[in-house]
Amino acid sequence: MIKELKSPMRIVLDNCGKINPESIREYIAQGGYKAIGKVLREMKPEEVVSEIKASGLQGRGGAAFPTGLKWEFTAKAEDTPKYIICNADEGEPGTFKDRAILEGDPHKIIEGVIIAGYSVGAHYGYIYIRGEYLFSINLFRKAIKQAEERGFLGENILGSGFDFQIEIHQGAGSYVCGEETALMDSLEGKRGNPRFKPPFPPSSGLWEKPTVINNVETLANIAPIILKGADWFRNFGTKKCPGTKVYAISGHIKEVGVVEAPLGITLREIITEYAQGMREGKFKMAQVGGTAGAILGEDMLDVPLDYTSLKEKGLVLGSGAILAMDETTCCVDMLKCFLNFFERESCGKCIPCRIGTEKLLELTTAISRGEGKEDDINLMLLTAEVMQKTSLCALGQSPILPISTILKYFREEFIEHIKGRCPTGVCKI
Amino acid sequence: MKLKNREKDVIALLSKAQRENKHNYITEEKLKIIAQEAGLSYSEVYGVATFYSLFSLKPRGEYVIRVCDSGPCHLMGSRSIFEVLEEELKIKVGETTPDGEFTLEETSCLGICDEAPAMMINEKVYSNLTPQKIKGILRKLGDKK
Repeated sequence: MIKELKSPMRIVLDNCGKINPESIREYIAQGGYKAIGKVLREMKPEEVVSEIKASGLQGRGGAAFPTGLKWEFTAKAEDTPKYIICNADEGEPGTFKDRAILEGDPHKIIEGVIIAGYSVGAHYGYIYIRGEYLFSINLFRKAIKQAEERGFLGENILGSGFDFQIEIHQGAGSYVCGEETALMDSLEGKRGNPRFKPPFPPSSGLWEKPTVINNVETLANIAPIILKGADWFRNFGTKKCPGTKVYAISGHIKEVGVVEAPLGITLREIITEYAQGMREGKFKMAQVGGTAGAILGEDMLDVPLDYTSLKEKGLVLGSGAILAMDETTCCVDMLKCFLNFFERESCGKCIPCRIGTEKLLELTTAISRGEGKEDDINLMLLTAEVMQKTSLCALGQSPILPISTILKYFREEFIEHIKGRCPTGVCKI
Repeated sequence: MKLKNREKDVIALLSKAQRENKHNYITEEKLKIIAQEAGLSYSEVYGVATFYSLFSLKPRGEYVIRVCDSGPCHLMGSRSIFEVLEEELKIKVGETTPDGEFTLEETSCLGICDEAPAMMINEKVYSNLTPQKIKGILRKLGDKK
């Protein structure tokens, strides 16, 4: 079980740690599957879509696209059959919030998928779980069976005439498959290469059919919104970003784990109040949003961690992962680690990303060995900028953010390395 | 009501083939059979098999050790975990011990960042690792034989 820090607010994690995830009965006792009953008996599909739209719920995978809008596009698409996909291919380094939900409350995800299916006119759903999450995969296989036995899945659900089936797909190890179109190719049994967009999934997704693809955390918000209403949901978070977020915090802090808080909480609050502060060293920097996210220095500790506030500063909330690092951390060594990740996970389909990630890693490696030239810093920025403009998917577009932000704060440290000295003594020069 | 054509899913077939092989890899023979079963060309199936990091086309050890070196694990000391593993097993990352017992691999984030540094040995997770702990784990696996 993942440790949950003392959450100030629980919508998504409400049942986690409270119920036995293997027991559908305990889920039902907490009001589980009530939203399915409400939707099937009292609401037309378009009313469900309107409710989700009105809630202002945004995709929690990182892109923050309005969920209701996604559903509406898919509902209006004429082609059939339609599909629902739950993206449980959590691979962004530092992110374990979906695992917390998957392992703690599987039926809530299943209920969200069924409601999505009803609202857009789909009868098939897939839950794509990364291959390393074996515990979740087994848990979901059981949960689906239980839901079928109880009549929440299968034909004529609760006597409504609505049919819906869910299947689990087990990933085979690939970060880029978290990208929605790559995931669809992977689900079709191919290499998980991202596709050109447009067309977007609501018109042409899985097997080129209209598809809703939502993140685990997004789907965990659906049943509560249906039961308590869009207005209730809007009471939490900020005006532009309603609701809560499950943040995953790791690194040099006293308490590591997940915490659910209203969107707009600050990094300082998460670190000091929920993670109980830094371990021994002084705060140096934090990376927010995973390896594809930005480095935030001390001056950013009070920026609200929501999609809009960060976007206004050219940053991203992404998956909501927070990696806190103290003063013993070497910037060059960490950047090398981030770039090693991108280089390894680049799928190789588009040239800017395939060659770019390799060159970036070479440049940082040279700097870390004291073999870099001062010009290399600009060359890294230029390379990452070209990749941002020309890469096919977010993987190649991302390195610019960690690189430019880490240099904004710690350019001097890079220059020190070039001169032949690692100030923290981490790099062997 | 039937979900679309999933019984011919190449990824599931490859997973099964690898699981059934005691050296944790997919043989060329098997690739050919899977291509036939799925109605695809050999090159297509080869393409899929080489795309995903959990698949191997080379024989590996009975125990495949996959250590994470992504951000949180790196920060919490994964390099020292690699060092002690390389020293104890006398192999480098990507290699297999001559007795065919252990393969050492580097992996991207396993989502166990709350207990970093972490690794998986076959399907089992090992977390909050220290060099001391690694020696104990290896000893236990060795004793099982």
